[in-house]
Amino acid sequence: MSILSIILIIVAAVFFPGIIGMMKSLVVGRKMPSIFQPLFDVIRLFKKGSIYSTTTSFVFRLAPLVYFATVFASMLFLPIAGERGLLTFDNDLVFFAYMLALGKFFMIIAAMDTGSGFEGMGANREALYSMLVEPAFFITMGSLALFTGYTSFYDLFTSVQINTDFSYIIGISGVYVLIFIAMVENSRLPVDDPRTHLELTMVHEVMVLDYSGFDLGLIHITSWIKFSIYTTLISNFLLPVDWPLGFQIACFFLIQAVVAGVMGLLESFRARNKLDKNPQWILMLSAIAIVTFLATLIIAEKIVLN
Amino acid sequence: MDVLIFKIAVLLSFTLFFVPQKARHLVTLLLVGTLAVVTSYWAVQSFMSVEVWEKNLMYLVDHPVNIIIDKLSAFFILVINLTVITGTLYSKGYLKPYTTLKTSQEMAWHYFNLLWLHSSMLMVVMFRDALAFLIIWELMSLASFFLVIFESEKKETIRIGIQYLIQMHIGLLFILIAFVVAAVQSGAPFSFDGLEVYFSTHSPFGLFLLFFMGFGIKAGFVPLHTWLPHAHPAAPSHVSGIMSGVMIKLGIYGILRVLTYIHTDLMMIGIFILLVSLVTGVLGVTIAIVQRDVKKLLAYSSIENIGIIGIGIGLGVVGMAADIHVLAALGFAGGLLHILNHSLFKSLLFYTSGNVYQQTHTRNIDYLGGLHGKMPRTTVLFLVGSLAICGLPPFNGFVSEFLIYSGLFKSLQGAELFPVIFILLGIVGLAVIGGLAVFCFTKVFSTIFLGTSRSDHTVHSAEVSKSMLFPLWLIGLLILFIGCAPFLLMRPLADIVYVFTGHTQLITSMGHSMTNMCIASGVLVAVVGLLWLLRSRVQKNKVIQHNVTWGCAYTGANAAVHQYSSASYADNIRQLAPGVVGVKKEYKHFEETEIFPSPRSFDTLSSDIFEDHLITKPANKLLKGMARIAVFQTGKTQHYLLYALVFLIVILLLTLVNWI
Repeated sequence: MSILSIILIIVAAVFFPGIIGMMKSLVVGRKMPSIFQPLFDVIRLFKKGSIYSTTTSFVFRLAPLVYFATVFASMLFLPIAGERGLLTFDNDLVFFAYMLALGKFFMIIAAMDTGSGFEGMGANREALYSMLVEPAFFITMGSLALFTGYTSFYDLFTSVQINTDFSYIIGISGVYVLIFIAMVENSRLPVDDPRTHLELTMVHEVMVLDYSGFDLGLIHITSWIKFSIYTTLISNFLLPVDWPLGFQIACFFLIQAVVAGVMGLLESFRARNKLDKNPQWILMLSAIAIVTFLATLIIAEKIVLN
Repeated sequence: MDVLIFKIAVLLSFTLFFVPQKARHLVTLLLVGTLAVVTSYWAVQSFMSVEVWEKNLMYLVDHPVNIIIDKLSAFFILVINLTVITGTLYSKGYLKPYTTLKTSQEMAWHYFNLLWLHSSMLMVVMFRDALAFLIIWELMSLASFFLVIFESEKKETIRIGIQYLIQMHIGLLFILIAFVVAAVQSGAPFSFDGLEVYFSTHSPFGLFLLFFMGFGIKAGFVPLHTWLPHAHPAAPSHVSGIMSGVMIKLGIYGILRVLTYIHTDLMMIGIFILLVSLVTGVLGVTIAIVQRDVKKLLAYSSIENIGIIGIGIGLGVVGMAADIHVLAALGFAGGLLHILNHSLFKSLLFYTSGNVYQQTHTRNIDYLGGLHGKMPRTTVLFLVGSLAICGLPPFNGFVSEFLIYSGLFKSLQGAELFPVIFILLGIVGLAVIGGLAVFCFTKVFSTIFLGTSRSDHTVHSAEVSKSMLFPLWLIGLLILFIGCAPFLLMRPLADIVYVFTGHTQLITSMGHSMTNMCIASGVLVAVVGLLWLLRSRVQKNKVIQHNVTWGCAYTGANAAVHQYSSASYADNIRQLAPGVVGVKKEYKHFEETEIFPSPRSFDTLSSDIFEDHLITKPANKLLKGMARIAVFQTGKTQHYLLYALVFLIVILLLTLVNWI
């Protein structure tokens, strides 16, 4: 038990968007912004006043807080570097997924609360995409549970490391699915383009159009932490728990930086999917997850090939 | 003594016709309360002891009818009592506007049936003798039929009521046949306990299928569900709440009761229940999404939840068959707990939508919107119900789904390949249902309560009376209580599951997870609270403005028209699953030559493909066939004499050639 994971995730979260921004500037040949630029932006938002729509209700005020709190609470289950999360229990991965869903539920109804057609559109898409991505996460975690026989994040990640060489097969496909789940959940390319300027094609950005000041700042911070959480899941896949602690922590930050860098690189070169192709694309993740599951069945010798 | 009180309370129901209008609700409440106290006392006693609680109630043609309460019955008794009490409390305010429209005797008849629905439901779970069970099952259907057709001045309501009555009798027929087959083939007594003898010597699947058809119609498994989406909207809201909250669960009770006697061939039965439930769950919620009538939507969502309960039970049976203890115990535990949970949040949702209906006189959510300012308490309560039904923590729906998920994930490694396939199906099914439920309830909540009003239906709405809100707060508190302190329920739940599996330690071992979940929920609430305080501090000296919603620089739009409606919100799902949801769009295309377009209207209609193909189309064909036969009915005596003559001649000819 330690609060190490929380501290590490938050520290990583602060740098994450900065690295993406730097990478994007580098690719297009602009002068790189400071790595703290996103942080400065949020601090500026906190200093500002707010404007609330007269259409909105308590839901609109409550949603960003719940969004942050759910992401914060789901941090409690994550192990880092072989250290248990603060609250580790059997099947905490189910709680994790449903906790994040609670935050999304509130963001969706908050967007609907403004009574704006644009925000309704974003809310509607968000609801659809998060519904479609859910099975992929559960099947991936199911493969791990099948492979290791454990059901909490801590036990899963520690035993998937020390199990056998076959771990790598599951590790690679698991990481692949998780990276793209992270893309969908955090509204990045290729599902959603955070740079787009047309409200009609936005998903996450358009949902928060009416937020300002403190609330908007909080929403930004929450998205960073959420991204960092998914990257932590990925790094847990990759880092062996028997490495020395300091080295693992260094590697953890390295992985966070690499993922952020790759993301910036990808977003510089790739275009967003056509919106009506998104459901197919997201369902593909479930398909890959099922392939992972089948591979696990073979490794666990439930399917005997000869 | 206690049996006597029970009998007297049932008999006193007839006094409802003689008490004055004003005291009638109070008398009903007292009688419901008496029944509830007595039966709950029995149920608690049954929970406390290892023995099955048994007493004689009466004699039916020299044949003793006993009240037998084991832990399964006790659980159902408590669930029934809870929901009927809240429903009766709620009915006072809800029926108030009707007292001027209905005669005193009509109101008495309604309360009489409410009371009889309560007592018959109680007796359904207490009787083991088949004859008594069937009689009381029929009484339950009749009582609920009269409750459904409360607004009998509407022709549509009567039609729906008759449809309901017919379907219930088809169900009754299946159960009757099943009992008769069991009794005749095994020679055992005509009762549930007689099934034990039958199942020990015969292959159980055929008879189980008969029972499943009979009880499944009541429960609303797809494709036997077609009465639900009609009967629930037609009934008054407190009745919908009770029917959806507990009455349909008695179908589940019947299936569970039959399952306790089956010890062989469980794999096939388990897989059958699981597959039917998966289809029920996914289709139920998908069809719910495209509904515009709020109560119809809730009815389809009940079908979905029956699916979740069935998934739990099906996995439990698969676990028993494959000897996976953890799957058996947690599957049953999750399914059973979801019965209680669904009875809470579904009745809450029906009652709150009743509040909305009473104030706005419409159930079409596309006419509503922006009710949060006018009905703040109803808004909060509906939100609590929505969060709970989506299975989100820290509300009660999550706990039961969590139990099922736990069983699934924990049993993955130990299971053989064949069960693993179904375990994976269970995981995917639950995840998909969960996601769709979020889609469905974000839609219905935000369309009714958030945004701006879409029509003048909402103009005269105001918060409902305190007497209507009181039972709703009660349910809301219970939802939160179960969600936040689920470890308290594990022990009684384990006792019920013991009836099926014979081992329970796995459920009580969930205590650790439950405690940690509780802490995490606490952290969640604390963080929200702290942030709220922080925000008020930060914003103290800042300029806080209030203005219209930002329209993306487009100011010409009418906000009410511009915002998302229920149909537009559901359009995504309609595109993904066009075959299932069966939405038709009605509109006229613009002509090429139409330079100055005339005013247009656009409408979407949703239909249930199962109803279309299983009920409406065959029924229409039958009617057409009947219409053809009707040419013989000319009304002329000469023709009828001719038929008689033809008949005699045919008989004569047949006798001549020695056919008969």
